[in-house]
Amino acid sequence: MLSANLSAIFYLISGVLFILALRGLSSPETSRQGNFFGILGMIIAVVVTFFSIGNFSTGFAVVLIFLLIGGLIGAFIAYKIPMTAMPELVAGFHSLVGLAAVFVAIAAFLNPEAFNLGSPGNIKLGSLIEMSIGAAVGAITFSGSIIAFLKLQGIMSGSPITFKGQHPLNALILISIIVITYLLCSTQSSNLFWILLVISFLIGFLLIIPIGGADMPVVISMLNSYSGWAAAGIGFTLENTALIITGALVGSSGAILSYIMCKGMNRSFFNVILGGFGATEQSASSQNREQRPVKSGNADDAAFLMKNASSVIIVPGYGMAVAQAQHALREMVDTLKKNEIKVSYAIHPVAGRMPGHMNVLLAEANVPYDEVFELEEINNDFANADVAFVIGANDVTNPVAKTDPQSPIYGMPVLDVEKCKSVLFVKRSLSPGYAGIDNDLFYKENTLMLFSDAKKMTEDITKNL
Amino acid sequence: MEIDPLVFRLSIFILSIFIGYYVVWSVTPSLHTPLMSVTNAISSVIIVGAIIAGLAGNSDTIFNTSSIFGFLAISLAAINIFGGFLVTQRMLAMYKKKKKDK
Repeated sequence: MLSANLSAIFYLISGVLFILALRGLSSPETSRQGNFFGILGMIIAVVVTFFSIGNFSTGFAVVLIFLLIGGLIGAFIAYKIPMTAMPELVAGFHSLVGLAAVFVAIAAFLNPEAFNLGSPGNIKLGSLIEMSIGAAVGAITFSGSIIAFLKLQGIMSGSPITFKGQHPLNALILISIIVITYLLCSTQSSNLFWILLVISFLIGFLLIIPIGGADMPVVISMLNSYSGWAAAGIGFTLENTALIITGALVGSSGAILSYIMCKGMNRSFFNVILGGFGATEQSASSQNREQRPVKSGNADDAAFLMKNASSVIIVPGYGMAVAQAQHALREMVDTLKKNEIKVSYAIHPVAGRMPGHMNVLLAEANVPYDEVFELEEINNDFANADVAFVIGANDVTNPVAKTDPQSPIYGMPVLDVEKCKSVLFVKRSLSPGYAGIDNDLFYKENTLMLFSDAKKMTEDITKNL
Repeated sequence: MEIDPLVFRLSIFILSIFIGYYVVWSVTPSLHTPLMSVTNAISSVIIVGAIIAGLAGNSDTIFNTSSIFGFLAISLAAINIFGGFLVTQRMLAMYKKKKKDK
């Protein structure tokens, strides 16, 4: 059996390894090593826990069995999951962290002796507060992530679900969570503990349903952050440094990602969280949209334009993920490169359904990461490029964000696609994007609309090159 | 007077938030998806608590309400740990530099 001090030092080491795991992600070269550090940190934490308890009886075998079951399921999912389903996967994983936090809190509440927290009905006050916070945040993470998962998976409609009195109701529930936590700590009543869990599940559900599909990058990052705070709460209960460090890391990581995503849409965090965006505007704009002339073309025209270009910038968006067009796109780019055409990719921060979604898909299609650029890095290059190939993106290219203060997306940083000599826009129809507003780019003199499925169109262009 | 250990844990917590802040800002945006999956995996270190709960019973009472929640939490966290690290590894293996080696 390990002494408490020695195991605390090992937990500290595993916390440091987790920091290094995140540090590795500062560049793709060091990232794999970083992931290895993360795995090492986890192994240390688990093994040290076994030795510090020192119970290798039948219970230990049962623990290993459950560990193995979970591990096999996890490994199976990790190998089978298509890259396009990554947002759903991450949302699903968040829900599991949340639920695990809830379960650990329940176990600690029912059997506080095992955790050195006092006895049932007489749990140390500090521990009870930490436990309640961990359980409540875990429950919110769980139900919120389930909703996010269902929306991303398409099982639940991606459009915002709003009803009258939604915000007052949410506020009421949040206040009652605080009140119940207070009462729970003063009375130690187990009924209150269960009520706390139930309303926390409820509020997680209610918080996410009004948020629309394209705001999912913010939601996923936010839930990422919550899962971290839940872990930290449990970490305080267990007096475990590894958990506290990790919880803080993950919590701040998710918060930063949410901030980056909000900035990419020029919306405040609260504006996103309060939800309902894109629901009302959509109907308004479809009524008063005037018929404007659009130039449309086919794969042949597009191939001709690109063949005569010397530089092409590709702008991928969520549509590319939906159509699974990333491989076809890379084949097209390979052909272009054979013709001595310079090709680069421009990624908007909120393209796709989660932070970095497009980068992963392009990486999957073997696109070298040094050809892929972020908004700030590449935005000035559009003016010098011959062709911009917009595939599955919409709102992030809309020049209205720069010109029309009335527009709901005004002020959002957009890719200056219209500055290119010509723009090829692959899209199924002229329907407005998520923000529910018409894209001025469709009607520009130098825009050629390619109405088709993204994958099919890209393949056809390749044939014509 | 002795300082409450809670204060030390709080110090670790606050300082870790700052470490997290600076480390995560230095993560390149193209790796934001792996960042999410790896943070997922490491936050499952909550499995430590689940193991404590699972092993709390003595040999006659391996399965009591508390330990069953512990066992379930072990499985949930294990899904995340294996799934999270492996899927991160799978993603990271795809990020390649421009080179013509096929």
